[in-house]
Amino acid sequence: MSPQATVHDIDQRPAVTSLRSKDLLGIFELTPDEITLILDTADAMKEIASRPIKKVPALRGKTVVNLFFEPSTRTRTSFEIAEKRLSADTLNIAIATSSVVKGETLADTALNLEAMHPDMIVLRHSSSGACHLLSRICRSAIINAGDGMHEHPTQALLDAFTIRERKRQLKGLKVAIIGDLLHSRVLRSNILLLTRMGAEVWVCGPPTLMPADIRRFGVTATSSIEAAVTGADVIMLLRIQLERMEGAYFPSLREYFNVFGMTEARMKLATPDVMIMHPGPMNRGVEIASEVADGPYSVILDQVANGVAVRMAVLYLLAGGAEHEEAA
Amino acid sequence: MSDSKSAVVMDADRIARTLTRIAHEIVERNKGVDGLALVGIRTRGVHIARRLARILKQISGDDVPTGALDITLYRDDLMRHPVGPQPVIRRTEIPFSIDNKKILLVDDVLYTGRTTRAALDALIDFGRPQLIQLIVLVDRGHRELPIKADYVGKNLPTNPDESVQVRLQETDGNDEVVLQQEAIV
Repeated sequence: MSPQATVHDIDQRPAVTSLRSKDLLGIFELTPDEITLILDTADAMKEIASRPIKKVPALRGKTVVNLFFEPSTRTRTSFEIAEKRLSADTLNIAIATSSVVKGETLADTALNLEAMHPDMIVLRHSSSGACHLLSRICRSAIINAGDGMHEHPTQALLDAFTIRERKRQLKGLKVAIIGDLLHSRVLRSNILLLTRMGAEVWVCGPPTLMPADIRRFGVTATSSIEAAVTGADVIMLLRIQLERMEGAYFPSLREYFNVFGMTEARMKLATPDVMIMHPGPMNRGVEIASEVADGPYSVILDQVANGVAVRMAVLYLLAGGAEHEEAA
Repeated sequence: MSDSKSAVVMDADRIARTLTRIAHEIVERNKGVDGLALVGIRTRGVHIARRLARILKQISGDDVPTGALDITLYRDDLMRHPVGPQPVIRRTEIPFSIDNKKILLVDDVLYTGRTTRAALDALIDFGRPQLIQLIVLVDRGHRELPIKADYVGKNLPTNPDESVQVRLQETDGNDEVVLQQEAIV
């Protein structure tokens, strides 16, 4: 193979060259062209991780606040690495060390941070809609890093990026999403993104964890894991979120695994080059068998690696501000 | 466009002859192609770099590794405008180590020198080349930084209100360099 073979022609102009909003609140607000722009930009960003010096000067002088009201290792670390690779100054505020424990409201916390002129705020909060609230009262760009049971847009974007990397496109793929459908913001963002990009989405879980109106989103719902995974190009497992469950949704974790766990036997029903995905953190032996999680079809660690590239893309695209806004 | 005047300053034959001449200059100056690598600046610099690689192969029989560099993230005007859409970034692809290589940096037009400055910064993040030489198809003057090309296809004196457009088969369907008098910007 000649050395030139790996250099690609990417001369065609994208359909859009910027995002319309100053914030990334959810997939709901994005058009298919904007999603493609973020994924294409992430494609360019991914290469930076393979350089000897993994840093570009693009966001020099920009300040990004990572405001996390819920525990998070993967997402917070991923955002922080993305910010540092773009040369932004980063500030991490975690709930345990903030004034929130002294009774300050979210809005007051945000306005106090705003007074110090950050350019962007990355927010993780247990209340659905927290990012929309901040978006209305803050001038900074707000990036949703997960709000309650609402959305987790960067997770859906990195999932889409990982699928697109292997399968070239999302259109026409059968994607089976299995697990806790009721409490999952990852599910909501993924359904919105995948259906918007033309994938065929199946969701599967115990009826007690199945939102009543889920078909409204244009997905096929089933409580038969066999039906969901048969012929699937992508299988996405969702974590059983014990911390969000107050009632008894199923008899035991063991029974859940027996009925809905992803095993090697069930995986054989899918297409031969199926991708197994999980947004993490995994409960081995509950929603996924260890052999599957560590097996050759698993792209779980690729998802983590791609998360940094996708977040760099979002930070970069939002750093310029929104198109329709006038210059300050 | 209707009230703007334009003139073709290089046609397809002229461009082909110029690239052949530059390739010979490269071989002469570097005493062969040993240790050389071409890095084109996206978009048109990449196509010029590939054409040079083909000519160098004809002359010397050896493959010269070729890469593509996107300099957007290194631009000095990237965050200068407080609000506005961001330039689209493309993938940088340098599928070889640049350490101790003689890097031939390729661009279509040399103007203020700011793109070259950004490209030099970007290259240094990939390693420590033995040297970097600059190849441009057109040098139109008006430098704002102390940068000079090592190989120039054509020196083209211009006014700042004129624009130089390099069109290549690969991106634009034909090969020509056009000098255009901008009516309204």
